[in-house]
Amino acid sequence: MNQTQKSSQKAWLILFLAWVVTMISTLGSLFFSEIMLFPPCVLCWYQRICMYPLTLIFIVGIFSNDRTVFRYSLPLVAVGLFFALYHNLLYYGIVPEKLAPCTQGVSCTSDYIHWFGFITIQGLSLFAFSLLAALLYFFQKVSR
Amino acid sequence: MNKQLLIASSLLLFVAFYFGGSYLYQKSNVNVSSDKQSALVRPTAFVLGNPDAKTTIVEFFDPACETCKSFYPFVKNILKQHPDKLKLVLRYAPFHTDSYYVVAMIEAARLQNKYLEALEVIYKYQDKWASHTGTPNIGLIWSFLPEAGIDVEQLKNDMKKPEIDAIIKQDIADTKTLGVRATPEFFVNAKPLVKFGKIELQALIDSEL
Repeated sequence: MNQTQKSSQKAWLILFLAWVVTMISTLGSLFFSEIMLFPPCVLCWYQRICMYPLTLIFIVGIFSNDRTVFRYSLPLVAVGLFFALYHNLLYYGIVPEKLAPCTQGVSCTSDYIHWFGFITIQGLSLFAFSLLAALLYFFQKVSR
Repeated sequence: MNKQLLIASSLLLFVAFYFGGSYLYQKSNVNVSSDKQSALVRPTAFVLGNPDAKTTIVEFFDPACETCKSFYPFVKNILKQHPDKLKLVLRYAPFHTDSYYVVAMIEAARLQNKYLEALEVIYKYQDKWASHTGTPNIGLIWSFLPEAGIDVEQLKNDMKKPEIDAIIKQDIADTKTLGVRATPEFFVNAKPLVKFGKIELQALIDSEL
């Protein structure tokens, strides 16, 4: 196997991992809202809007081995990361809540899960988007 | 490993996890476990209907919640149809901003024997005081309460009573114990309403009568 083949293999694997992350996030968030019946707040929706299409963009990318997938997915990851970051700042009270009116009575700072004392849904979202950003960075580095 | 095969098998695995997980979750979610049942009904809670009825509906509500408002006449009507067999225990889940004070008003109105009157007038004007686009204007409620024949000055004094505070705090603690996350939340003889809806609630009550 020559050098280009090797790096192409690596790039594919990174993209595959990114797809796995988006799938887990998508199905996980759907599980919270549809099965456990947690109502998603406004900020959760903005993050979902960014996360859900990534599953399709990445799956097309891994099927066709398309390097340009970086360009199409980065804006979604960046916007999602922004909202996830903002949501966490709001939750920890670093940003006052008044700035984000929540519709249908679902507050963006209410607690639905609190696993091991520090894992929250918005924390998981921030983790997922950060992981995607890191994976995309490595993907671009490897495939260049 | 073949890439296509890897993708296809992962997809299958995800779907299996999702549906397997939902099946297990719904199966585990039947009755309130016996160690938590004391959190369902507290002796201090307001009871509507026959106190000795064998079927108990527990409703956790928030006076600022629109769905609670729309369920109130519905549940009251079911109660009217079976006056001997049913009782409704009203519990507080003041999740919205400032709902805590509104709940304290209702609880203070109870000392004037005007519990339901207060609740009904607060629901009636809900769209006026409980705005969802900003902070609710609960100050408006003072002007609605006399309509229910409530002495507002008396009410304001009673609201400061520590007993009222204790009742609300207990109810909030019980929402956490029982995992009440949304309002209204119903339990009929300790069975939670799993799929939310009026038809589903009616069916659950009928099955427990």
